[in-house]
Amino acid sequence: MIGSMIDQAGGVPGTEGFGGAQPRSMGSPPARVSIRGLNFYYGTNQALRSITLDLPDRQVTGMIGPSGCGKSTLLRVLNRMYSLYPGQRAEGEVLLDGRNILAPDVDLNELRSRVGMVFQKPTPFPMTIYENIAFGVRLHERLSRAEMEERVEWALTRAALWDEVKDRLHGSALSLSGGQQQRLCIARTIAVRPEVILLDEPTSALDPISTQKIEELIDELKQDFTIAIVTHNMQQAARCADQVAFFYLGELVEVAPASQIFTAPRMPRTQAYITGRFG
Amino acid sequence: MGERMAGHTVRSYAEELNRLRDAIARMGGLAEQQVAEATRALVQRDTELAAEVVRRDAALDALEREIEDFCIRLLALRQPLGADLRLIVAALKVSHNLERIGDYASNVAKRSIVVASQPPLGSLNGFQRMARLVQENLQGAIDALVRNDAARAGEVWAADEPVDEIYNGIFREMLTHMMEDPRNITAATHLLFMAKNLERIGDHATNIAETVHYAVRGDLLPEDRPKADASAYAVVRPEDRPAG
Repeated sequence: MIGSMIDQAGGVPGTEGFGGAQPRSMGSPPARVSIRGLNFYYGTNQALRSITLDLPDRQVTGMIGPSGCGKSTLLRVLNRMYSLYPGQRAEGEVLLDGRNILAPDVDLNELRSRVGMVFQKPTPFPMTIYENIAFGVRLHERLSRAEMEERVEWALTRAALWDEVKDRLHGSALSLSGGQQQRLCIARTIAVRPEVILLDEPTSALDPISTQKIEELIDELKQDFTIAIVTHNMQQAARCADQVAFFYLGELVEVAPASQIFTAPRMPRTQAYITGRFG
Repeated sequence: MGERMAGHTVRSYAEELNRLRDAIARMGGLAEQQVAEATRALVQRDTELAAEVVRRDAALDALEREIEDFCIRLLALRQPLGADLRLIVAALKVSHNLERIGDYASNVAKRSIVVASQPPLGSLNGFQRMARLVQENLQGAIDALVRNDAARAGEVWAADEPVDEIYNGIFREMLTHMMEDPRNITAATHLLFMAKNLERIGDHATNIAETVHYAVRGDLLPEDRPKADASAYAVVRPEDRPAG
């Protein structure tokens, strides 16, 4: 198989393996998050129907599907965001490192420090850049001033923002550009050292250059974090994700490596969606 | 099992994909015609027809360039995925195969002009049968692409063996003619190349069938195709010389 020769670095003697951008996708890493038979209801309206899906450790899972298919709902389940709203409930299991996060005794503050979320529109707090990051860390940890400074620098560096803001850490976060604000939100999310990062259309409000920076960042961050990204942009899912899940009307239609979903999906529904032949 | 999908949401995109299919069908038709007329020029010793086939090869080259440009434009502007992506990649490959087929047909036509200047050399039935088979395969492969029919592509892919067998027969026959009388060498050598050209055309038809299978189904055919070309192992020993 040519594919395997190209994908595995060094598979062909004397070649470097020029297609091997995703060596991690070759094996199957253990699941960091396991969703098992998940149903979700907004009141009487069922938004997710027996979803079973694994988020492999330190991989990017892309979630695609038309509006209202349930992909954002699924993200909201993964950090129990829905618990803020009466009448919304989930059935089934979502295991994070083997423990069911849907159980009633789960500490939501702790959960949200382990499962961070970044939204469509950048949501910086009206504070300094430094405080935007330190604020969240203080909720979970007591750090000395020096440790906090180190943590802020680490988070901003990992979010590829440090060089741009290091001279104005105590200026307002609201003075940053949209792309910088979104990277600040990502820095804020990783500052509490979560295990899982949920990205809900993180670049839909950004220009192409800022989008590329975020995508580059996602590629960097997956070395340390398990990532789920909801996106309406198919090319973005193709560029960022190791595996892609396609949702339709609250059901998981197909999940497969990105290279398969976008070249030869198995399900006709997926085929229709990715080629723009829907409805 | 023609698999037609629902129309594209963007109608102009659907039209472009249809235009691509049409262009491949047109190029395939022209390649078939070139193969048929090159062979007819040989069998009927028609040097005018042969010259026309040689001239017409430029049209296939131009079509290939046109299809290539169009595919690159579609890839850049439409960012195709799934079956659309596979169709466009297939069109690129198929147009290249068809261009090569045109080159071989043109070469057959050129050599037929030389052969016509030589004394006739036995029956050319083998050439006619071979040309008919490769044309059928070529037509089947292009049909399969136009109709999105993987089963048809699979049939063509598996049907190259008789072509190889006829080629082996011609190979032996030509060796015999040359051994019989050195004055046959000019014609026999050209005829050998022509047989090889037809055999290569058959191989390109099976390549097209493989590509069509991928375009329709998204997976690859196995690497081992039935083959019967044994001429690479043929030797002539003096004791094999026919008596007389």
